[in-house]
Amino acid sequence: MTTSRKVDKWLVVLVALHGVIACGGFFAPYDPVEQDRERPYARPMTLHLVDPQGQIRARPFFYPLRAREASSDQYEEDTARAIPLEFFAAGASYRLLGLLPCRRHLFGADGGRIYLLGSDGYGRDQFSRILYGGQVSLLAGLLGAGITLLIGLGIGAAAGYYGGWRDEVLMRLAELFLALPWLYLLFALRGFLPLAVSPLEAFLLIVVVSAAVGWARPARLVRGVVLTAKERDFLRAAIGFGASDGYLFRRHVLPETSSVLLTQAAILIPQYVLAEVTLSFLGLGVPEPVASWGNLLANLQQYSVLVSYWWMYLPALAMVPFFMGYLGLSSALQEWADSGKMEGWSEESAG
Amino acid sequence: MRNHRANSRQGLRFLRLLLVFTGGVSAVAVALAQPGVPNEDLHTLSGELGRAGGRLVVALRAEPKTLNPVLAMDAPSRDVIGTMQADLVHINRATQLTEPALAKSWKVSSDGLQYTLTLRRGLRFSDGQPLGADDVLFTFRVYLDESVHSPQRDLLVVGGKPIAVRKLDPYTLVFQFAQPYGVGERVFDGLAILPRHLLEKPYQEGKLGQVGTLSTPAIQWAGLGPFRLKEYVAGQRLILERNPYYWKTDTNGYRLPYLDELAFLFVPSSDAQVLSFQSGETDVISRLGAENFSVLSRQQRTYKMVDAGPGLEYNFLFFNLNDLGEKTPPEIARKQKWFREQKFRQAVSAAVDREAIVRLVYQGRGAALWGPVTPGNRRWVDAAIPHPARSLDQARQLLRQAGFRWTNQASGESVLVDADGKPVEFSILTSSSNAERTKMATLIQDDLKQLGVRIQVVPLEFRSLLDRVTQTKEYEACVLGLVSFDADPNSDVNVWLSRGATHLWNPSQAHPATPWEAEIDGFLEAQLTATSYPQRKKLYDRVQEILAQYQPMIFLASPDILVGAKNAVGNLHPAVLEPYVLWNVEQLYMRTGAENLRP
Repeated sequence: MTTSRKVDKWLVVLVALHGVIACGGFFAPYDPVEQDRERPYARPMTLHLVDPQGQIRARPFFYPLRAREASSDQYEEDTARAIPLEFFAAGASYRLLGLLPCRRHLFGADGGRIYLLGSDGYGRDQFSRILYGGQVSLLAGLLGAGITLLIGLGIGAAAGYYGGWRDEVLMRLAELFLALPWLYLLFALRGFLPLAVSPLEAFLLIVVVSAAVGWARPARLVRGVVLTAKERDFLRAAIGFGASDGYLFRRHVLPETSSVLLTQAAILIPQYVLAEVTLSFLGLGVPEPVASWGNLLANLQQYSVLVSYWWMYLPALAMVPFFMGYLGLSSALQEWADSGKMEGWSEESAG
Repeated sequence: MRNHRANSRQGLRFLRLLLVFTGGVSAVAVALAQPGVPNEDLHTLSGELGRAGGRLVVALRAEPKTLNPVLAMDAPSRDVIGTMQADLVHINRATQLTEPALAKSWKVSSDGLQYTLTLRRGLRFSDGQPLGADDVLFTFRVYLDESVHSPQRDLLVVGGKPIAVRKLDPYTLVFQFAQPYGVGERVFDGLAILPRHLLEKPYQEGKLGQVGTLSTPAIQWAGLGPFRLKEYVAGQRLILERNPYYWKTDTNGYRLPYLDELAFLFVPSSDAQVLSFQSGETDVISRLGAENFSVLSRQQRTYKMVDAGPGLEYNFLFFNLNDLGEKTPPEIARKQKWFREQKFRQAVSAAVDREAIVRLVYQGRGAALWGPVTPGNRRWVDAAIPHPARSLDQARQLLRQAGFRWTNQASGESVLVDADGKPVEFSILTSSSNAERTKMATLIQDDLKQLGVRIQVVPLEFRSLLDRVTQTKEYEACVLGLVSFDADPNSDVNVWLSRGATHLWNPSQAHPATPWEAEIDGFLEAQLTATSYPQRKKLYDRVQEILAQYQPMIFLASPDILVGAKNAVGNLHPAVLEPYVLWNVEQLYMRTGAENLRP
């Protein structure tokens, strides 16, 4: 496989994964905050195809759960009632891709709730929460990485291009940012904000903070690339022909940085998703009842949850394909860049 | 002053909101010579006969700050001191009634102002020095000395005057109260009698704080409790040994306690305590959450888990009803208009699904509450308080009567708005270290969403939460819990009196802010000086009824007292009063065959 084909392969995987999360409302059978107070900590339910009489049913079905005598978290299947799964069922309203109001879900059921991946301590569907939680976490990662790269590119390119005292100042600033104990600053920052922040404000805080923390490293990389680019003959020639700074930047400097930026993006996005997970785990993330991967995993802080309900680990498992996708993409990009083909590509695309 | 008393207790009570606890370690069999003292008035306890020897290991949440009962404020210190010291009259944690302790008997004068206590004869401190009336006189002098700053001092000031103590003869003391005191002899519970021979000199030199610390050599410290200091290893453990002079015996005449040693390990988190109990490192565990209780219950073999029933902890939601005048942040002042509306609070109460709280937060191991007195407090709970089922219809009706209405938003959501058309939304503070209360708040959030009210749950570190509620008063609503230290209403007086510092929704008022708070004040004060139980009960019932009617606090639920102990631990009778397991530590024993015996 050529290196560019490898990149394509990983891109397809990632686009598919993100597509599922982006259309989470469709794949999730329920509203992620809807509580089923009769069924906290229900274990993942099994879909059956064969009924008790040994007949094979056309549609998969499940048995509703009922609590065992004198227990609040142990359930048994009520085999007297088989509830068939309905595909493209109408259910809770949501907005497809955040825009189109919609009520259709990939699947649903009448007369009982199906918990494919179990329920949490409030009887909320873990499967729906993982999908909706992914929207928050991935968006935080994408936005955070985007802003970081923008800042990093601006500062790094300026430092590398202008050099001199500007370079000194900007790079010392970058070092300062690398050296700050960010977690504690974040706690302090949270202390200054009003007590109750809405989920949206909390989300923006995460994005802004992770972006503010991370720009130094890409900025240093970009500066290095720009420094070498500055010495290239074609650039010197362009200067000789009297090209303006803006033109040089756009036409010659930026394209040089694209390989660094793309690889950095593939590395930073999963990092920032993890940052959201960490911050939410520490209680600095989006507040309940909004789902995010970090919030879902924060349940595991309790020893009793840790040892009793294995399905509470599933959000961690859900992250794995995404991280593998980004990791594969970043190494494919690296390979591609090393093979020297990307420069030609970026030259073309920039032109 | 009664107010004061409650003030200082406030600190203690808040400390108890944090989870504590304990466990024990291995065993040493030491043959102790029974000191033969003639004419000893020993106290014989009935109950199962135990086996002498062995060591009980208990976990403590933190190191005790001191062993000196005069200065102890924190829960770990009090847990340890409880096993090293004794009081004149003691509240039996199982029956919740008083019984003779160092005082063999007591008489009350007909006007209720004078208590005459007779001490047991021939008792000795754990270092062998005899106990006499002078020790008691000295004890009360120290507790009442303002320069000592003992948290117990305010307990002993009745009607503005300190209790006067005088000695009639070496074994008889008279306690004079300035006014009748409804609590009666319960006032003596928990007041450890101090060893004068050890403390008089440091006290006179003003160095009381320097004795009875953890670094005090064991031979320089003594008490009248079943155990005495043996060894302290900083950061790890505190080992107590059997007090050979203890003044209780079993029905066979064996001098208690049965155990040779009592070891406290310092295990900081409740999850870590579960792990050390599971691994057999500690012998008993208490202050367990329901979820950890069910984890332990699922695999019990070498230990048994006991649900002792509802305790005295009550959890509640309350609103900021403080009147700060100009200084109130405008946002809070605007919302206080709703909070001050009685029907608004009643509507919130009607919308809260208490059964769900008991089921989801306590896994069914708890009781729903409609008033402050829990079903665990059998003597004082007012059975007449109604227990209405959750009703959103009733909540809507109450809100409509109070001038609220609903508007439909563009998103199709129905939103509750006040008379000015402003949407009703507020935030609820909870302690971030208490998963149970955070869960309650999250359930309430969902309950009220169904009324079109938007709520934000704000978990906050406990210290800063307290600071906001009691100092800066910058909050809207809060979910908190209190644990009464005694079943007697007196332990909670400071919560209900409008001038009390723990009157959480509007503390330390100069004058009662509302007529019903004034009414509560009146009943409470009458209750304090009434001396008969039926009289006091009637008055306290009225307090409970007013609280249930006006809902300054929306009472939610009370957790069961959940404990566990190795099967080897004998005489285990967990009580719903603190200390839940160790209250009868002198009778606890380790059965034979257990691995708890040292080879």
